[in-house]
Amino acid sequence: MASAPSSSSPGSTGAAGARGIHLPDTARELVKILVAGPFGVGKTTLIDSVSEIRPLHTEEHLSEASARVDDLAGVRDKTTTTVAIDFGRISLGGGVVLYLFGTPGQERFRSLWADIAYGALGALVLVDTRRIDDSFDVLGLVEETGLPYAVALNTFPDSRPYTEEQLRRSLDLEAGTPMVTCDARDTNSSIDALLALVQHLIARNRPETR
Amino acid sequence: MTGRRGGRPLVPAYLSTGGVARPSRNSLERLSVLTGGGGPEPAGLPAAQHALLDVLDGGSLTVVETAALLELPVSAVRVLAAELIDQGLVSARPPIPVAALPAPDLLKRVADGLRALKQ
Repeated sequence: MASAPSSSSPGSTGAAGARGIHLPDTARELVKILVAGPFGVGKTTLIDSVSEIRPLHTEEHLSEASARVDDLAGVRDKTTTTVAIDFGRISLGGGVVLYLFGTPGQERFRSLWADIAYGALGALVLVDTRRIDDSFDVLGLVEETGLPYAVALNTFPDSRPYTEEQLRRSLDLEAGTPMVTCDARDTNSSIDALLALVQHLIARNRPETR
Repeated sequence: MTGRRGGRPLVPAYLSTGGVARPSRNSLERLSVLTGGGGPEPAGLPAAQHALLDVLDGGSLTVVETAALLELPVSAVRVLAAELIDQGLVSARPPIPVAALPAPDLLKRVADGLRALKQ
Protein backbone atom coordinates (compact mmCIF):
# COMPACT_ATOMS: atom_id res chain seq x y z
CA MET A 1 0.00 0.00 0.00
CA ALA A 2 2.69 2.46 1.02
CA SER A 3 5.05 1.65 -1.85
CA ALA A 4 3.07 2.36 -4.96
CA PRO A 5 4.96 1.77 -8.21
CA SER A 6 6.72 4.97 -9.17
CA SER A 7 5.24 4.93 -12.66
CA SER A 8 1.66 4.92 -11.48
CA SER A 9 0.82 8.46 -10.50
CA PRO A 10 2.58 11.40 -12.11
CA GLY A 11 0.21 13.74 -10.30
CA SER A 12 1.59 12.77 -6.93
CA THR A 13 4.55 15.11 -7.27
CA GLY A 14 2.39 17.87 -5.88
CA ALA A 15 1.61 21.39 -7.01
CA ALA A 16 5.05 21.74 -8.58
CA GLY A 17 4.16 19.08 -11.11
CA ALA A 18 2.97 21.56 -13.70
CA ARG A 19 5.06 19.73 -16.25
CA GLY A 20 3.03 16.55 -15.76
CA ILE A 21 -0.27 18.18 -16.45
CA HIS A 22 -0.02 19.21 -20.08
CA LEU A 23 -2.56 17.73 -22.45
CA PRO A 24 -1.57 14.57 -24.24
CA ASP A 25 -0.49 15.36 -27.81
CA THR A 26 -3.27 13.10 -29.03
CA ALA A 27 -5.99 15.22 -27.37
CA ARG A 28 -8.43 16.32 -30.03
CA GLU A 29 -11.95 16.57 -28.68
CA LEU A 30 -12.35 18.02 -25.21
CA VAL A 31 -15.75 17.46 -23.65
CA LYS A 32 -17.30 18.47 -20.37
CA ILE A 33 -19.76 16.98 -17.93
CA LEU A 34 -20.95 18.84 -14.85
CA VAL A 35 -21.02 17.00 -11.56
CA ALA A 36 -23.59 19.12 -9.80
CA GLY A 37 -24.90 19.15 -6.28
CA PRO A 38 -24.97 20.97 -2.96
CA PHE A 39 -21.91 21.35 -0.75
CA GLY A 40 -20.80 18.14 0.93
CA VAL A 41 -22.69 15.78 -1.36
CA GLY A 42 -19.52 14.17 -2.71
CA LYS A 43 -18.81 15.99 -5.99
CA THR A 44 -15.06 16.24 -5.45
CA THR A 45 -14.93 12.68 -4.14
CA LEU A 46 -16.53 11.41 -7.33
CA ILE A 47 -14.27 13.52 -9.54
CA ASP A 48 -11.22 12.33 -7.61
CA SER A 49 -12.22 8.69 -7.94
CA VAL A 50 -12.20 8.80 -11.76
CA SER A 51 -9.77 11.63 -12.61
CA GLU A 52 -6.29 10.94 -13.95
CA ILE A 53 -4.96 14.16 -12.47
CA ARG A 54 -5.45 15.15 -8.88
CA PRO A 55 -8.48 17.42 -9.04
CA LEU A 56 -7.53 21.07 -9.55
CA HIS A 57 -9.61 24.05 -8.64
CA THR A 58 -10.13 27.60 -9.76
CA GLU A 59 -11.20 30.47 -7.54
CA GLU A 60 -14.21 32.04 -9.18
CA HIS A 61 -15.51 35.48 -8.40
CA LEU A 62 -19.21 35.81 -7.99
CA SER A 63 -20.76 38.93 -9.40
CA GLU A 64 -21.98 41.79 -7.29
CA ALA A 65 -25.55 40.75 -7.92
CA SER A 66 -24.87 37.30 -6.51
CA ALA A 67 -22.96 38.70 -3.59
CA ARG A 68 -25.93 40.78 -2.54
CA VAL A 69 -28.00 37.73 -1.72
CA ASP A 70 -25.00 36.01 -0.20
CA ASP A 71 -24.62 35.91 3.53
CA LEU A 72 -22.47 39.01 3.85
CA ALA A 73 -24.30 40.81 6.62
CA GLY A 74 -22.19 43.67 7.90
CA VAL A 75 -19.60 43.47 5.13
CA ARG A 76 -20.78 46.56 3.35
CA ASP A 77 -17.74 47.21 1.22
CA LYS A 78 -17.38 43.67 -0.02
CA THR A 79 -18.73 43.54 -3.56
CA THR A 80 -17.50 40.14 -4.65
CA THR A 81 -17.09 36.77 -3.05
CA THR A 82 -15.29 33.72 -4.34
CA VAL A 83 -16.01 30.04 -4.59
CA ALA A 84 -13.64 27.20 -5.46
CA ILE A 85 -14.65 25.11 -8.46
CA ASP A 86 -13.01 21.67 -8.57
CA PHE A 87 -12.42 19.87 -11.82
CA GLY A 88 -10.76 16.71 -13.05
CA ARG A 89 -9.62 15.26 -16.36
CA ILE A 90 -9.85 11.80 -17.90
CA SER A 91 -8.25 10.80 -21.23
CA LEU A 92 -10.66 8.39 -22.85
CA GLY A 93 -8.61 7.31 -25.85
CA GLY A 94 -9.34 8.10 -29.47
CA GLY A 95 -8.39 11.71 -28.82
CA VAL A 96 -11.32 12.33 -26.46
CA VAL A 97 -10.57 14.02 -23.15
CA LEU A 98 -13.37 14.30 -20.59
CA TYR A 99 -13.43 17.08 -18.00
CA LEU A 100 -15.62 16.83 -14.93
CA PHE A 101 -16.59 20.10 -13.25
CA GLY A 102 -17.87 20.02 -9.70
CA THR A 103 -20.56 22.64 -9.82
CA PRO A 104 -22.29 23.95 -6.70
CA GLY A 105 -25.97 24.35 -7.23
CA GLN A 106 -27.05 27.12 -4.93
CA GLU A 107 -29.18 29.80 -6.46
CA ARG A 108 -26.51 32.40 -5.69
CA PHE A 109 -24.14 30.74 -8.17
CA ARG A 110 -26.50 31.37 -11.06
CA SER A 111 -24.17 33.68 -13.03
CA LEU A 112 -21.24 31.30 -12.65
CA TRP A 113 -23.39 28.34 -13.54
CA ALA A 114 -24.14 29.56 -17.06
CA ASP A 115 -20.47 30.09 -17.78
CA ILE A 116 -19.41 26.66 -16.53
CA ALA A 117 -22.30 24.88 -18.21
CA TYR A 118 -21.52 26.41 -21.62
CA GLY A 119 -20.85 23.61 -24.07
CA ALA A 120 -21.34 20.81 -21.52
CA LEU A 121 -22.67 17.46 -22.72
CA GLY A 122 -24.85 17.13 -19.66
CA ALA A 123 -24.93 17.03 -15.88
CA LEU A 124 -24.74 14.29 -13.31
CA VAL A 125 -26.71 15.59 -10.32
CA LEU A 126 -25.51 14.11 -7.04
CA VAL A 127 -28.16 13.77 -4.36
CA ASP A 128 -27.74 12.92 -0.69
CA THR A 129 -31.01 11.25 0.30
CA ARG A 130 -30.54 12.40 3.90
CA ARG A 131 -31.08 15.99 2.75
CA ILE A 132 -33.07 15.89 -0.43
CA ASP A 133 -34.23 19.50 -0.06
CA ASP A 134 -30.67 20.70 -0.65
CA SER A 135 -30.87 19.41 -4.22
CA PHE A 136 -33.88 21.41 -5.33
CA ASP A 137 -31.85 24.51 -6.29
CA VAL A 138 -29.47 22.39 -8.36
CA LEU A 139 -32.23 20.64 -10.23
CA GLY A 140 -33.86 23.98 -10.88
CA LEU A 141 -30.67 25.43 -12.35
CA VAL A 142 -29.99 22.36 -14.49
CA GLU A 143 -33.47 22.43 -15.94
CA GLU A 144 -33.30 26.16 -16.53
CA THR A 145 -30.02 25.74 -18.42
CA GLY A 146 -31.65 23.04 -20.53
CA LEU A 147 -28.84 20.60 -19.80
CA PRO A 148 -29.82 16.94 -20.05
CA TYR A 149 -29.07 15.19 -16.77
CA ALA A 150 -29.10 12.02 -14.73
CA VAL A 151 -29.45 11.74 -10.96
CA ALA A 152 -26.98 9.77 -8.89
CA LEU A 153 -27.89 9.04 -5.29
CA ASN A 154 -24.64 9.07 -3.35
CA THR A 155 -25.21 6.48 -0.65
CA PHE A 156 -24.12 6.96 2.94
CA PRO A 157 -24.30 4.34 5.70
CA ASP A 158 -27.18 6.09 7.39
CA SER A 159 -29.13 6.88 4.21
CA ARG A 160 -32.81 6.10 4.63
CA PRO A 161 -34.20 3.39 2.38
CA TYR A 162 -36.67 5.35 0.30
CA THR A 163 -38.28 3.59 -2.61
CA GLU A 164 -37.35 4.72 -6.11
CA GLU A 165 -40.91 5.95 -6.55
CA GLN A 166 -40.75 8.11 -3.42
CA LEU A 167 -37.47 9.67 -4.50
CA ARG A 168 -38.60 10.33 -8.04
CA ARG A 169 -41.71 12.01 -6.73
CA SER A 170 -39.93 14.20 -4.21
CA LEU A 171 -37.28 15.22 -6.77
CA ASP A 172 -40.04 15.69 -9.36
CA LEU A 173 -38.14 13.73 -12.02
CA GLU A 174 -39.50 13.04 -15.46
CA ALA A 175 -40.03 9.38 -16.28
CA GLY A 176 -37.13 9.34 -18.75
CA THR A 177 -34.55 10.84 -16.39
CA PRO A 178 -32.13 8.14 -15.22
CA MET A 179 -31.72 7.71 -11.48
CA VAL A 180 -28.96 5.47 -10.16
CA THR A 181 -27.29 4.88 -6.82
CA CYS A 182 -23.54 5.24 -6.50
CA ASP A 183 -20.70 5.29 -4.04
CA ALA A 184 -18.67 8.35 -5.03
CA ARG A 185 -15.55 6.91 -3.39
CA ASP A 186 -15.60 3.90 -5.70
CA THR A 187 -14.13 4.31 -9.19
CA ASN A 188 -16.32 1.74 -10.91
CA SER A 189 -19.44 2.95 -9.19
CA SER A 190 -18.69 6.54 -10.22
CA ILE A 191 -17.99 5.46 -13.80
CA ASP A 192 -21.30 3.58 -13.87
CA ALA A 193 -23.11 6.74 -12.80
CA LEU A 194 -21.40 8.72 -15.56
CA LEU A 195 -22.26 5.96 -18.03
CA ALA A 196 -25.92 6.16 -17.04
CA LEU A 197 -25.82 9.83 -18.02
CA VAL A 198 -23.96 9.26 -21.30
CA GLN A 199 -26.33 6.43 -22.31
CA HIS A 200 -29.20 8.80 -21.64
CA LEU A 201 -27.54 11.44 -23.86
CA ILE A 202 -27.08 8.89 -26.64
CA ALA A 203 -30.72 7.82 -26.39
CA ARG A 204 -32.04 11.38 -26.58
CA ASN A 205 -29.78 12.23 -29.53
CA ARG A 206 -31.09 9.36 -31.56
CA PRO A 207 -33.05 10.81 -34.49
CA GLU A 208 -36.78 10.43 -34.02
CA THR A 209 -38.28 8.01 -36.47
CA ARG A 210 -42.00 7.89 -36.64
CA MET B 1 13.36 23.88 -9.80
CA THR B 2 10.52 26.01 -10.99
CA GLY B 3 8.40 24.51 -8.25
CA ARG B 4 5.64 26.62 -6.84
CA ARG B 5 4.97 26.74 -3.21
CA GLY B 6 1.43 26.16 -2.08
CA GLY B 7 -0.53 29.02 -0.67
CA ARG B 8 -0.41 32.48 -2.11
CA PRO B 9 -1.24 33.18 -5.73
CA LEU B 10 1.66 33.96 -8.02
CA VAL B 11 0.09 37.25 -9.02
CA PRO B 12 -2.87 38.88 -7.28
CA ALA B 13 -5.87 38.70 -9.57
CA TYR B 14 -6.56 42.43 -9.46
CA LEU B 15 -3.01 43.21 -10.60
CA SER B 16 -2.58 40.42 -13.09
CA THR B 17 -4.37 42.00 -16.01
CA GLY B 18 -3.19 45.58 -15.46
CA GLY B 19 -6.74 46.61 -14.70
CA VAL B 20 -8.26 45.18 -17.88
CA ALA B 21 -11.55 43.50 -17.06
CA ARG B 22 -12.65 42.17 -20.42
CA PRO B 23 -10.70 40.08 -22.91
CA SER B 24 -9.93 41.49 -26.35
CA ARG B 25 -11.68 38.48 -27.86
CA ASN B 26 -14.71 36.55 -26.70
CA SER B 27 -13.95 33.16 -28.16
CA LEU B 28 -12.07 31.67 -25.21
CA GLU B 29 -14.03 28.99 -23.38
CA ARG B 30 -12.98 27.17 -20.26
CA LEU B 31 -11.86 24.24 -22.39
CA SER B 32 -10.24 26.23 -25.21
CA VAL B 33 -6.74 24.84 -25.75
CA LEU B 34 -3.83 27.26 -25.33
CA THR B 35 -0.46 26.54 -26.91
CA GLY B 36 2.71 28.60 -26.60
CA GLY B 37 4.10 30.00 -29.82
CA GLY B 38 7.59 28.71 -29.19
CA GLY B 39 9.15 31.96 -30.38
CA PRO B 40 11.41 34.17 -28.30
CA GLU B 41 9.65 35.98 -25.49
CA PRO B 42 9.83 39.76 -25.90
CA ALA B 43 11.55 41.68 -23.15
CA GLY B 44 9.47 43.55 -20.65
CA LEU B 45 6.44 41.30 -20.74
CA PRO B 46 4.18 41.84 -17.70
CA ALA B 47 4.79 39.24 -14.99
CA ALA B 48 1.39 37.58 -15.35
CA GLN B 49 1.79 37.15 -19.10
CA HIS B 50 5.26 35.76 -18.54
CA ALA B 51 3.86 33.29 -16.00
CA LEU B 52 1.22 32.18 -18.47
CA LEU B 53 3.81 31.55 -21.18
CA ASP B 54 5.86 29.67 -18.61
CA VAL B 55 3.12 27.12 -17.80
CA LEU B 56 2.60 26.54 -21.53
CA ASP B 57 6.27 25.71 -21.90
CA GLY B 58 6.32 22.03 -22.78
CA GLY B 59 2.75 21.48 -23.83
CA SER B 60 -0.79 22.70 -24.27
CA LEU B 61 -3.30 23.41 -21.53
CA THR B 62 -6.93 24.38 -21.39
CA VAL B 63 -7.88 27.84 -20.14
CA VAL B 64 -9.27 26.38 -16.92
CA GLU B 65 -6.14 24.33 -16.21
CA THR B 66 -4.00 27.39 -16.85
CA ALA B 67 -6.12 29.34 -14.37
CA ALA B 68 -5.79 26.61 -11.73
CA LEU B 69 -2.02 26.42 -12.12
CA LEU B 70 -1.54 30.18 -12.02
CA GLU B 71 -4.04 30.47 -9.17
CA LEU B 72 -5.94 33.12 -11.09
CA PRO B 73 -9.65 33.39 -11.86
CA VAL B 74 -10.69 32.08 -15.27
CA SER B 75 -11.80 35.62 -16.16
CA ALA B 76 -8.25 36.95 -15.64
CA VAL B 77 -6.70 34.16 -17.72
CA ARG B 78 -9.13 34.97 -20.53
CA VAL B 79 -7.81 38.54 -20.57
CA LEU B 80 -4.15 37.52 -20.36
CA ALA B 81 -4.42 34.79 -22.99
CA ALA B 82 -6.27 37.11 -25.37
CA GLU B 83 -3.45 39.67 -25.07
CA LEU B 84 -0.84 37.02 -25.78
CA ILE B 85 -2.85 35.73 -28.75
CA ASP B 86 -3.03 39.29 -30.11
CA GLN B 87 0.75 39.46 -29.88
CA GLY B 88 1.15 36.13 -31.65
CA LEU B 89 2.78 34.53 -28.60
CA VAL B 90 0.01 32.04 -27.89
CA SER B 91 -2.42 30.24 -30.14
CA ALA B 92 -5.82 28.92 -29.13
CA ARG B 93 -8.19 26.38 -30.56
CA PRO B 94 -11.75 25.49 -29.58
CA PRO B 95 -12.43 22.39 -27.42
CA ILE B 96 -13.76 20.49 -30.41
CA PRO B 97 -12.15 21.25 -33.79
CA VAL B 98 -14.67 23.02 -36.00
CA ALA B 99 -13.88 20.53 -38.75
CA ALA B 100 -15.06 17.72 -36.45
CA LEU B 101 -18.52 19.23 -35.89
CA PRO B 102 -21.01 17.78 -35.71
CA ALA B 103 -19.37 14.78 -34.08
CA PRO B 104 -22.12 12.19 -34.27
CA ASP B 105 -20.24 9.33 -32.65
CA LEU B 106 -18.65 11.47 -29.94
CA LEU B 107 -21.06 10.37 -27.21
CA LYS B 108 -20.55 6.74 -28.15
CA ARG B 109 -16.79 7.20 -27.92
CA VAL B 110 -17.19 8.83 -24.50
CA ALA B 111 -19.24 5.82 -23.36
CA ASP B 112 -16.73 3.34 -24.80
CA GLY B 113 -13.86 5.21 -23.16
CA LEU B 114 -15.60 5.20 -19.77
CA ARG B 115 -16.32 1.47 -20.01
CA ALA B 116 -12.67 0.81 -20.76
CA LEU B 117 -11.68 2.59 -17.54
CA LYS B 118 -13.56 0.17 -15.32
CA GLN B 119 -11.36 -2.05 -13.24
